Amino acid sequence: MSTADGRSVEQLRDEARDERVREMSRFRKALIRPELGAICGTILVFVFFLSIAGDSGMFAPEGILNWGTVSAQFAIIAVGACLLMIAGEFDLSVGSMIGFSGIVIALLTVQVGLPAWAAILIAFALAMAIGAFNGYLVIRTGLPSFIVTLAFLYILRGLTIFISITTTRKTIIGGVREAAESDPIAWLFGGKAFHGLFVWLSQHGIVGTFVAGPKAGQPVIEGIPMLMVWALVLIVLGHLLLTRTKFGNWIFAAGGDAQAARYVGVPVNRVKISMFMLTAFCATVFATCQVMEFGSAAADRGLLKEFEAIISVVIGGALLTGGYGSVVGAALGALIFGVVQQGLFFAGVESSLFRVFLGVILLLAVILNTYIRRMITGER
Amino acid sequence: MTAPLIELVDIAKHFGPVIALNGVTLSVEAGECHCLLGDNGAGKSTFIKTMSGVHKPNRGEIRVDGEVVSFSSPRDAMAAGIATVYQDLAMIPLMSVTRNFWMGREPERKFGPFKLFDFATANRITMEEMAKMGIHLRSPDQAVGTLSGGERQTVAIARAVHFGAKVLILDEPTSALGVRQTANVLATIDRVRKAGIGLIFITHNVRHALAVGDRFTVLNRGKTLGTARRGEIDAEALQDMMAGGRELAELAGSLGGTV
Ligand SMILES: Nc1ncnc2c1ncn2[C@@H]1O[C@H](COP(=O)(O)OP(=O)(O)OP(=O)(O)O)[C@@H](O)[C@H]1O
Ligand SMILES: [Mg+2]
Repeated sequence: MSTADGRSVEQLRDEARDERVREMSRFRKALIRPELGAICGTILVFVFFLSIAGDSGMFAPEGILNWGTVSAQFAIIAVGACLLMIAGEFDLSVGSMIGFSGIVIALLTVQVGLPAWAAILIAFALAMAIGAFNGYLVIRTGLPSFIVTLAFLYILRGLTIFISITTTRKTIIGGVREAAESDPIAWLFGGKAFHGLFVWLSQHGIVGTFVAGPKAGQPVIEGIPMLMVWALVLIVLGHLLLTRTKFGNWIFAAGGDAQAARYVGVPVNRVKISMFMLTAFCATVFATCQVMEFGSAAADRGLLKEFEAIISVVIGGALLTGGYGSVVGAALGALIFGVVQQGLFFAGVESSLFRVFLGVILLLAVILNTYIRRMITGER
Repeated sequence: MTAPLIELVDIAKHFGPVIALNGVTLSVEAGECHCLLGDNGAGKSTFIKTMSGVHKPNRGEIRVDGEVVSFSSPRDAMAAGIATVYQDLAMIPLMSVTRNFWMGREPERKFGPFKLFDFATANRITMEEMAKMGIHLRSPDQAVGTLSGGERQTVAIARAVHFGAKVLILDEPTSALGVRQTANVLATIDRVRKAGIGLIFITHNVRHALAVGDRFTVLNRGKTLGTARRGEIDAEALQDMMAGGRELAELAGSLGGTV
């Protein structure tokens, strides 16, 4: 049997089938990506909270600002942790680094009397030097970064408390905001962006205004905290660095198989050390924003932050053993983390249940991510 | 006659008390496949690591195009046109074919003040080079982990050839492969040789060596036992030399000649 143009029906059917296969695979290709698990998780979490806390103010501008800020905090340290994990290493000293950098800034401004900009720059330089030292030790000793940075988790925390107590007899140092007033760079961390936009929004009734008090007539939201701006900038730059540059390819290669990468001339040590410096940088951004917001530093700030960063990264689809992951995924992981933490509060759920929730999400995400990753990489 | 592409003379390498190599001599001409045979632990991997700049020899001389050289890193060796496809370490399975292909030599394009990985060019060239080796990829961003072992070796070989290797060293490329994939890799070796590249093919499978080799050198306990040309030696003689002769012949006798 054959059709008018001489081709057999079977041939035509084969062609049709072939086209369908290709279409399917293109659809699969668009869908199957490292972030897929985190995207599903984000949708799930939003649907869940829209249904149980939709009318609690969680999705009003102030509510969004609330969980948005918390998510941005997680995201800032997750970006660093993500790139470092893809490069094949961990940094467990992130939380201690946050406490350390904060105290350094507060001591230098309040006790020593340096201008805030100088204190901030010194804190960044110190933190990144410690990050580089972490990386150097990991590479020189060949020990797992898990152990080396665990040591620094204790060393840095202890040093921070010691320095704070011996110089001020306290573990909380206040008065930073006053010292940082009209500083040329402190606003980069403590300021609010897009103030004009929120004034405009309040004039159009989208954002509420204060009705009484000294701020009467002003919008209740002053602007987007710089913390969020930092988070967005770090996410975008981190994503571009990883997926669109030569250095990004080296990050994957260093974590995927350091030896194979070395053999083709990838400067694996340099890549790893710079990623340790990046996590230290992110921790210091976090610390500086917090110090500027609270106007004080405390030696116990940042407790457990390293784990929260790692959890965000893993929810985001990264492989704990390195060589695979996504910055966008880690950012979504941070968003899930922030939304769940604040959402349970909005929904009036007993706060101890937060950890139960988090554990369940972590487990589900990792199971789903493992499945997706196997499809992509052919890993067995 | 011109000088060989690369010549190694009387190479010795010690790791502390271990004498891994003790006087190995070998040369490769353009368009030739030189097979390096030897049993496990004979020192084959150590020898090629010396040739590709990973190890520094304790004694001996390396000459490239007749000139004495000293490599202090794999980068030096690569710059001199010596490329190596390592046993097990050829590719990173989690990364895409393109990312693997260009690893360490990523093409870049300017984007304002930034330099970005030029994926359009990289993908196109990867597909072309793979097609030349007879492999048609589904997509250049397919992860290497989804390729078969033979295809992975071929990606690594195509990569080395593309980056202008004059000498290509293959460390047991067929050791983990099935019959058909081995045939593919051997066909690739033949293709590369016809392009005028000198190959060093390491194996302990005598039949694979005889299928493509022009010359054969046998390593035994860190020493070369001599080099033979194609047609001067048969499978049995090679097998005997690899095993150090006598014992295996006796064993083969008692097993009815099956080894
Ligand atoms: N880095 C090293 N340190 C100490 N000893 C080593 C080192 N590398 C190799 N050796 C020793 O040198 C000898 C030769 O090893 P090599 O890996 O070169 O053998 P091979 O011929 O490649 O074997 P195979 O067929 O199993 O790959 C072995 O005894 C090995 O233990
Ligand atoms: Mg070997």
